[in-house]
Amino acid sequence: MIRSTLSGTLLALAACTSVTIGEPPKLSERDLDEVYSALKRDFHARGIATMSRIEPDAAQRICNLHRDNPPAELAKPIEEAQLKAIQFPAGDLLGDWKRGQRIAESGIGMQWTDKPGPGGGSCYNCHQLSPQQESHGTLGPSLLAFGKVRGKGPEMQRYAYGKIFNAKAYNLCSQMPRMGHSGTLSEQQIKDLVAYLLDPASPVNR
Amino acid sequence: MRLARLSAAAAALTSVGAIALAQDTRKEIEKYQRMISDASPVELFELEGEALWKKKQGPKNASLEQCDLGLGAGVLKGAYAHLPRYFGDADRVMDLEARLLHCMITLQGRTRDEATKRVFGNEDKLSEMEYLSAYVAGQSRGVKMAPGMAHPKEQAAFELGRKTFFYRAGAWDFSCASCHGEEGKRIRMQDLPLLFKPEYARPVVATWPAYRVSNSQFKTMQWRLNNCYQQMRYPEPNYASDLTVALTLFLTATGEGEPYRGPGTKR
Repeated sequence: MIRSTLSGTLLALAACTSVTIGEPPKLSERDLDEVYSALKRDFHARGIATMSRIEPDAAQRICNLHRDNPPAELAKPIEEAQLKAIQFPAGDLLGDWKRGQRIAESGIGMQWTDKPGPGGGSCYNCHQLSPQQESHGTLGPSLLAFGKVRGKGPEMQRYAYGKIFNAKAYNLCSQMPRMGHSGTLSEQQIKDLVAYLLDPASPVNR
Repeated sequence: MRLARLSAAAAALTSVGAIALAQDTRKEIEKYQRMISDASPVELFELEGEALWKKKQGPKNASLEQCDLGLGAGVLKGAYAHLPRYFGDADRVMDLEARLLHCMITLQGRTRDEATKRVFGNEDKLSEMEYLSAYVAGQSRGVKMAPGMAHPKEQAAFELGRKTFFYRAGAWDFSCASCHGEEGKRIRMQDLPLLFKPEYARPVVATWPAYRVSNSQFKTMQWRLNNCYQQMRYPEPNYASDLTVALTLFLTATGEGEPYRGPGTKR
């Protein structure tokens, strides 16, 4: 009886000391395995959202292990591999900014209730783009006047295309989804978004 | 009747809100939230939940009145505020919905498949789980949130929830912290609470489950997590699974100490 009270007290004391509130954890390899196993056990495929989506890739793994701030010697080779895997289309990358605007506005696509294939870019969920659209998120940087200050030359087109296709090729632990790499957007859609960002006639730059 | 009037009022407010948005968005949204919480239909849902709690059904033709939500068989007062917690009879940590499901299976003799056929309802009719959640949660009003954190399995669940919160995966490389990890951020116009910090978690855990005015639906914590994972482009979490309970324990323990004042009313 006394022993059980005592062990209860010890348990309660352990509870006070072992739990950290309000701070992100430092995840170890073992932690990653634990969460991955739990996801595999407790999730199921639905519609287009297959279980392959929770298979960790190299970028996710390193970012999870280093709280999104890995040492350069670990980040660089993976960034380079991601950059190499981007399929840049030949020629001019400026599509149609009007179509780009619709893609930037749309948050449809990739959810288990969506049809397969490209949907929207969800750009406004996180970024400010056109000054006319006040309903924009702030998770990403403002892209207001993006092309106005950068021009629309071939280098800038290539950078904008690559960044949308796979943001992790430029900054490994970027919070931005890899829109081309993940199959969220098609080549033509990314070109249209490049135009929305860079075309002087686009509301982003007016 | 009351519902119809409420949605008409909400529609009118929405158009007024849209015009005013440009002037002072945040102030307008706060005003709107105060107005809608005055006219919430949550009481009606609680009454419907009470009827379902007492209704004899399933192969054993039994009600849920003997369901032990952690404070003893049939004790409802304050039970929700102490969830999730470890249950020895099931040897696992359970949130409200996992526990209700357990009682449907053990007391009423129902199968898991049948009892989870329609866990998320719609604007025409809430699900049984949603009505019951409204009823049970409502009886913790004024009770400080204090989920189980003493048992080793509770601590393990908390840690799993905490790790999962920060673990990036899925088609878009998101963790919970991708949206709820930085101060003062929004998706479109929606403010994002920094849920791993007590000051942000407290008002959130004290008001779920909740009525959503924008779609006239009543939503539970299991739905909230399910919908987050949908938007994160993951596969779908299993209803009332250990990982979802672990996340809810992590959030609730982070917001511990806040007196419960739900079921709440959300935009």
